[in-house]
Amino acid sequence: MADSLTTSAAPTRPARGKVVTVRSRSPFRWVLRLIVIAYLFFLVIWPVTLVAKATFSRGLAPVLDALQQPEVIFAFKLTLSVAFWAVVINTAFGIVVSLLLVRYTFPGRRALSAMIDVPLSVSPIVVGLALLLVYSGRTGWIGGALESAGLQVIYAPPGIIMATAFVSLPLVIRELVPVLTEIGTDSEQAARSLGASPLQAFLSITLPAIKWALLYGVVLSLARSLGEFGAVKIVSGGVAMRTQTATLLVEERYQQFGPENTITAYTAALILALIAVLALVVVTSLRPKENSQ
Amino acid sequence: MTSSAVTPLVERPDDAPPPAPRGRRRRRRTTDLTPVAGLGLGITMLWFSLLVLIPLLAVVVQASEGGWQAYWEALTSPQTAAALRLTVSQALLVTLVNIVMGTAIAWVLVRDRFWGKQFLEVVIDIPFALPTIVAGLVLLSLYGPSSPLGVDWANTRVAVFLAFLFVTLPFVVRTVQPVLIELEPEVEEAAASLGASRFTTFRTIILPSLAPAITSGAALSFARGISEYGSLVLLSGNLPYSTEVASVRILSYVEGDKLMEAAAVASILLVVALVVIVVLDIISRSVARHG
Repeated sequence: MADSLTTSAAPTRPARGKVVTVRSRSPFRWVLRLIVIAYLFFLVIWPVTLVAKATFSRGLAPVLDALQQPEVIFAFKLTLSVAFWAVVINTAFGIVVSLLLVRYTFPGRRALSAMIDVPLSVSPIVVGLALLLVYSGRTGWIGGALESAGLQVIYAPPGIIMATAFVSLPLVIRELVPVLTEIGTDSEQAARSLGASPLQAFLSITLPAIKWALLYGVVLSLARSLGEFGAVKIVSGGVAMRTQTATLLVEERYQQFGPENTITAYTAALILALIAVLALVVVTSLRPKENSQ
Repeated sequence: MTSSAVTPLVERPDDAPPPAPRGRRRRRRTTDLTPVAGLGLGITMLWFSLLVLIPLLAVVVQASEGGWQAYWEALTSPQTAAALRLTVSQALLVTLVNIVMGTAIAWVLVRDRFWGKQFLEVVIDIPFALPTIVAGLVLLSLYGPSSPLGVDWANTRVAVFLAFLFVTLPFVVRTVQPVLIELEPEVEEAAASLGASRFTTFRTIILPSLAPAITSGAALSFARGISEYGSLVLLSGNLPYSTEVASVRILSYVEGDKLMEAAAVASILLVVALVVIVVLDIISRSVARHG
């Protein structure tokens, strides 16, 4: 699955060529192709291009002004640092959990592998609420204790990082598990028998083999982290210059009156969209390399 | 964002733990954790509990705080019930559209060849990659007040439908696509040469092989639909009884400091998410078993 693009490029080509010669004149094919293109055009392509157009509807100057607002700069800085920490945590967590799931048996292994996917299907709002119920300084289970120990989680960066890490938790693991399963442990065991320490064996044998999968996982997590909105909205409070991330800024500015605010919202949205599309392009263009190794 | 991020465990060989030559009974009880691996398991489980398990447990505990009566009243209060009905019905409708359109898109991407197909591959993943708040803004620009089409569907139920449709686009496509690639065209050609019509071939040969993948994609897209929030904020207006969905209802309970009611609605979304995960697990296991 991870390689749908590569697989479609390599072994099925000849077979597909044959199908084309058999059915190329079928009108059904043309109708279906047209329906699909029209559907994607109206649902995705046209609306996305309109956002770019709306951003520059008053020319370049208001866009540049928007980029220089301290609130905008702060929001993007906060978003970047939150995403960085969430990705670091998820990468470390993801490598360890993937190794445990693939290479060891232990009680609860199956339950763990199912639970790992929970964050992908839980509503961001439920994520925010769940964190609030435990870590809120006022009503949370352990939030009060943490706060008296000097650690504020909710309405502060730690809470935003936790919410972001929660929603992107499985992405690294989902990339790593299939690759780790495929490469097995033979080479690493050979290295061990030749006197390498476990860490040496991992760094010189396993890490090079999983580096592409790890990179996709990191890029996916990063893209997801930069764009998280719902969960962050609940735990951050969204105070400008303190806990307002880029997505929260888009919402706030769009709802305020005046063309400047609208342009600012569109500008921030366009930057987020460009990062997302860039991440997509990076992932899709890197993927085939895995096969040619 | 990419195929693998969207697709469920279908391809994950979870069922095949490291081969253990021991008896079935003994294997269940023993582990082969080394001390270092055991430490790793401990630390990651501690983090996983603090981040995911304990907070989700807190939702369930909070929901049950007022007893069964209060829980039921929270869910059946007119505004909440209306929000839940809207969310579920729109998510079902969108899932049906996705089953048809997602399969059609996957079909075109795998079996058709035309200029610009690679571009469509990227387009499919855009809804997954785009921040949800941006997705709302994107849809607003074509279907909102300043639409070049001359329609204004902002703050209507159509907006809810469109937002769900946008964010769930990749799921069925990305689960069906790999199965379709594996499917041998020779079998269909054989059926056609034996006189089966295109429809018969589709119904008796293609559809049964795609069914598990379509079901997985449908389950994922339903789960994503009912939990959607970000894309609706700017688009649907969140009008009570009209365009307010479950997530928005939870948020307004949280903002009104009614945590028990918020947790009650959240528990419904949580149950649906868990059911979807179990369904996907069952499908992936039966696919793994039957090849």
